Amino acid sequence: MKKNPFSLQVNMDDFLPATAEEKEYMVKMRPSTTFFKDGVKRLLKNKIATLSMIIIILITLASILIPMFWPYNYDAMLGVRLGKPVDSSYNNLAPFQYGETEQARIEAGEKVFPHIFGTDAQGRDYFIRVVYGTRISLAVGFFASLIVLVIGMTVGSLAGYLGGKVDLVIMRIVDIIYSLPDMLMVILLASVTKVALGEAIKGTVLEKLGGNMISLFIVFALLYWVSMARQIRGQILALKEQEYVLAAKSTGAKAGWVIKKHLLPNCISVVVISTALQIPSAIFTESYLSFLGLGVNAPMPSLGSLASEALNGVQSYPYRLLIPAVTISLIVLSLNLFGDGLRDAFDPKLKN
Amino acid sequence: MNTKTLFYILKRIGLAILTVWVVITVTFFAMRAVPGGPFLGEKAITPAAQAALEAKYGLDKPLMTQYFTYLKDVFTEFDFGPSLKQRGRDVIDIIKDGMAVSAKLGVIAASIALVSGVVLGAVAALRRNKIIDKIIMVMTTAFISMPSFIMGTLLLLAFASVLPAHGETSQGLILPVITLSLSPMANITRLTRSSMLDVLGQDYIRTARAKGVSQVKIIFGHALKNSLIPVITYFGPMLAYIVTGSLVVEQIFAVPGIGRYFVSSITGRDYPLIMGTTIILASLIVVMNLISDILYKIVDPRINLE
Repeated sequence: MKKNPFSLQVNMDDFLPATAEEKEYMVKMRPSTTFFKDGVKRLLKNKIATLSMIIIILITLASILIPMFWPYNYDAMLGVRLGKPVDSSYNNLAPFQYGETEQARIEAGEKVFPHIFGTDAQGRDYFIRVVYGTRISLAVGFFASLIVLVIGMTVGSLAGYLGGKVDLVIMRIVDIIYSLPDMLMVILLASVTKVALGEAIKGTVLEKLGGNMISLFIVFALLYWVSMARQIRGQILALKEQEYVLAAKSTGAKAGWVIKKHLLPNCISVVVISTALQIPSAIFTESYLSFLGLGVNAPMPSLGSLASEALNGVQSYPYRLLIPAVTISLIVLSLNLFGDGLRDAFDPKLKN
Repeated sequence: MNTKTLFYILKRIGLAILTVWVVITVTFFAMRAVPGGPFLGEKAITPAAQAALEAKYGLDKPLMTQYFTYLKDVFTEFDFGPSLKQRGRDVIDIIKDGMAVSAKLGVIAASIALVSGVVLGAVAALRRNKIIDKIIMVMTTAFISMPSFIMGTLLLLAFASVLPAHGETSQGLILPVITLSLSPMANITRLTRSSMLDVLGQDYIRTARAKGVSQVKIIFGHALKNSLIPVITYFGPMLAYIVTGSLVVEQIFAVPGIGRYFVSSITGRDYPLIMGTTIILASLIVVMNLISDILYKIVDPRINLE
């Protein structure tokens, strides 16, 4: 059919069904990648970050699972039996040594679970104490970061979204808290809240957790949210000028909805990265406070308090200091390296 | 210096004063929040004696009056009141004694950290991706992720037979100084390395090379000076690290400095001493941060801070 090039007549050949060859051409060669998948791929390519992630997962799993089947308890003094004098042969055992009654049982042909790291000065199995200490340190790091995350995210997104006077007031408060010397304030507040809380929480569920631990969380909630809030505010400020936010607002969306649905999901990489880097710093702070005697309540161990207890007998039992010391350093190092890897993989600004 | 810089400096000074005020207020009210009051927990005390003691220390007045008296004493006379545990001594005297020792420790540690950090960082940058760079980077990573109290005790263990473990003599200061300087040194090394790499890639370095300037002259004359600018920003955090680090390091090595008094005042609940040391050390850190911020702005006018 010959047609006039300027006519509006439709060329019917364009509307024929595609042949098999043409269909083949349109088939996707590989599934399209999302931002998240892309980031994970980049993360896994980073050998150091992957190794750190494996170490963290292994340590976390070990600290959760080992206490379930380990025959000893972290606060059980093995030399103390009901109605009998204290058997001091259990105190300060070297690794793979046994107390007197255990020795007797071994000679009688029984199997006794070994004390891999020996026992401490009060006859408690040291291995399980280290495992428990790791668990506490990790938990403190995780929950403290969670608190920081929630507060920082709320305040930061409100300041960024509302702007104006609210933003001004919040940011001045942030400026002041940011320039406070954090460690000194942490020590002061921890030493004061520890005493003040002791009475207030008596008889409640919180007592089991210990006043020190709660004061630690309070201090984190008060002081450490500022840098998170700053970052999120910056991100929100950049995002709220985007067209899709305007579209949402013009259809009548309220502030809370816009923040929750449109702005926060787009800040998620910034949030994840700074939370990941917050955990090691929280563990660091906890171990430091425990070392000064302001950390977890005895007999509960944390890696910091184990190290500080070990100081007394450091000349005779150096391994008791070395074990928690190496564990803390390993955890903090892996978390830091993993956080760096996360940032390299997920921060859109560093993509190139 | 233009008006914008001046305005920035004034704003920073205002913020610093506000911060010091917040520190004082927080420490004051935190101390008053402790139940029981400072005179309980000692020997049984008659109500009359307690009233007399409270009148003597001004504790019977309303809280706000006490607060303003404290503020006035601190700002005008530098008076932090008497210590509760070390009878007859004023907090400020205890702080002065401790500060003399701690300042020596801190200044030496900071200087060592600065010099060795810059040298190591420059070496690492110039030998980028060579074996020496890798060794330096691994070591600095290890130093950064090790808490100071662990570093201190490990050094104590390793060198206890060679060096004295007590910090009362000047020989005894060797180990505490090393402990305190390792982590800041590692930070400065990394900072210098990355900024040196940045500077070495700049056009004016290539121009200098093309002119035939010797390698030594390029490094010391052109590159090092400019790559040290970011290091200035680390002065504040370094001081904060050294101050808080010295709290435990002085404890470990028995150095009679302000950090040791601070720790013993916490365990002994000597509240005026806790407040005094917190306020002094916090102000020190705030002022140091202020100076390093202003210095940074003056050294490199291109930097836009707001």
